[in-house]
Amino acid sequence: MADCTESKIDIRGTGMYLRRGGSGEPMLFLHGASGVAGWIPTFQALSETHDLMVPDHPTYGLSDEPEWLDGMEDLAMFYLDFLDQMNLEGVHLVGNSLGGWLAMEIAVRNCTRLKSLTLVGAAGIRIAGKPIADIFMMDPDDLVREIFVDQSYADNILNMELTEEQLDIQIRNRVATARLGWQPRLFNPNLRKWLHRITVPTHVIWGDTDKIVDPAYAAEFGKIIAGSEVTMIEKAGHLPHIEQSEPFVEAVSGFLQSKAA
Amino acid sequence: MKVFAFHLMPYGALDMSYAEEHNSVWLKLPNSYFDPKIGHELYNRYLDELELAAEVGFDGISVNEHHQNAYGLMPSPVVMAAALARNTEKCKIAILGNAFALREHPLTLAEEHAMIDNITGGRLITGMVRGVGCEYFSMGVNPAYSLERHIEAHDLVVRAWTETGPFAFEGKHYHFEYVNMWPRPYQDPHPPIWCPSQGSTETIEWAAHPDRKYVYLQAYSAFESVLRYLNMYRSVAEQNYGYTASSGQIAWSVPVYCAETDEQAMEEVRPHIESLFNTFLPKISQSMFVPPGYMTASSMKKIFAHKATLRGGQKVEDLMQRGVIVVGSPDTVRDTLIERHRQAGFEHVLIMPQFGTLPADLTEKNLRLLGAEVVPALQALDENHYAGFELSAAAAE
Repeated sequence: MADCTESKIDIRGTGMYLRRGGSGEPMLFLHGASGVAGWIPTFQALSETHDLMVPDHPTYGLSDEPEWLDGMEDLAMFYLDFLDQMNLEGVHLVGNSLGGWLAMEIAVRNCTRLKSLTLVGAAGIRIAGKPIADIFMMDPDDLVREIFVDQSYADNILNMELTEEQLDIQIRNRVATARLGWQPRLFNPNLRKWLHRITVPTHVIWGDTDKIVDPAYAAEFGKIIAGSEVTMIEKAGHLPHIEQSEPFVEAVSGFLQSKAA
Repeated sequence: MKVFAFHLMPYGALDMSYAEEHNSVWLKLPNSYFDPKIGHELYNRYLDELELAAEVGFDGISVNEHHQNAYGLMPSPVVMAAALARNTEKCKIAILGNAFALREHPLTLAEEHAMIDNITGGRLITGMVRGVGCEYFSMGVNPAYSLERHIEAHDLVVRAWTETGPFAFEGKHYHFEYVNMWPRPYQDPHPPIWCPSQGSTETIEWAAHPDRKYVYLQAYSAFESVLRYLNMYRSVAEQNYGYTASSGQIAWSVPVYCAETDEQAMEEVRPHIESLFNTFLPKISQSMFVPPGYMTASSMKKIFAHKATLRGGQKVEDLMQRGVIVVGSPDTVRDTLIERHRQAGFEHVLIMPQFGTLPADLTEKNLRLLGAEVVPALQALDENHYAGFELSAAAAE
């Protein structure tokens, strides 16, 4: 059951596909390399306490492919425009994988419209000797298997008959991710220098068996982002919000409640 | 027709037991498989073979670029072209091609090409390619910008070769305050530019554009595809741009092996040509060969829809029958190439006289037979021997 509205909104001339549901404090979820798989149970649960927004980034999914988008910096500035235009305040920003990287790029630029930051299996920095898995090199089927601990999730995805539109979106998403993260591979060498500019409470959530971005990164973000807390989700890979929906929602809500108190 | 000898310079001495542990000779095959002492011998042998081609009457000799693999050992074809420049006198030297846009500084290549053009008194042909997909892994260049970088690098190089400097080049991917090339190329306005490709629609449309009219070089594949792509070029010229392409804009490269008789040729070439198709080419994953954005979304979709079309187990008979290679006695090879020209009308043919593991003695025999009994007959061919093509047939593709 999808308790969300879906529409294409215009942000300074760029059409952005947005799912929005629930009410409460605003929460913006930034998806990772493979895009958004619909209004999943986790979104439904989060929307019971929040005004949850789940957009497709420009060039991903059903959003426009703007001329101006050449890299992660452009995307971060676009989302600052989005926050301004929607006049959102006190936003809980959540980002998974490439979306986590994006969330940090937004936050280091301007935190004034943010109330908290949640990073989930985030890319964006590099620990020497511990590269993020090369998602471009991996066979797409192998990649799906590597993302999950519970292979029934992978089986479901791999056995799905995709429509023409879904195939097109898959290819668009791959190209969009290359645009943003091919070189250097899924990180910004300068980002680490500016993470002290994140001044909102930050929660680092990681699947304990993440084979794409090693859990060592959770500890690293916990160390460099002042005052951040780290939560490991058991029996979860790179997408804990999909694989362990309930523990994930509990972790998110628990952290936000503790900060609200 | 102009006849070229084209060399890939493979690591023919590859220890074939690599296949027990590695699934491809591209990108990730450890370089411990490369023995520099053998490399020393191979490079010099291969250069000798190209020089021999010039001696026995080929109009040109040709090299190309590949990185981190055993398929072709020329990460810098400029080095090979430079080595050939001083040991040849009349033949064209064709770099087909160099991947300008894989470089952060395409002008370094443009300078090197201009130097070779000066040294040879204008015998250089410049090929501009985007590189194969896995080279975007090995060179760390973003494939999603491949096409626009390629076009921008081309514009930069042509301006550098033709405009009086210094000038500022203000591009998106390349920005240089002082472009002022010393030396200028010997040829006026600049060395001919060719576009080698496996049959990319974008490349064909770009090369055929009236501002460029660059030679389109179709890389070896089944002759049916070769004909389709060469006719696509002619048809694009006619329909998109309103002019008739000349055969001078058309080129084809093909592995050729010639021996005393058809039977002997086939038996001698069998293990070596099969090594090219079954060892040096196959088993490359789609992810490695088609990185995202390297080709248009519609082309990517087609390729991903036909997964598991990996090559392997190809037989010489089948390769001959599909016209991927030409093998036989001098009469057979000559007649086959004349017939191909009648159908496709290429003014340039690039013969690959060596491939895979083909050893020095057979390569030399091949070159000498071709030079004596095939090349002169091909050189006598012109537009009058070309049957022409049906526009509607090409457009219907």
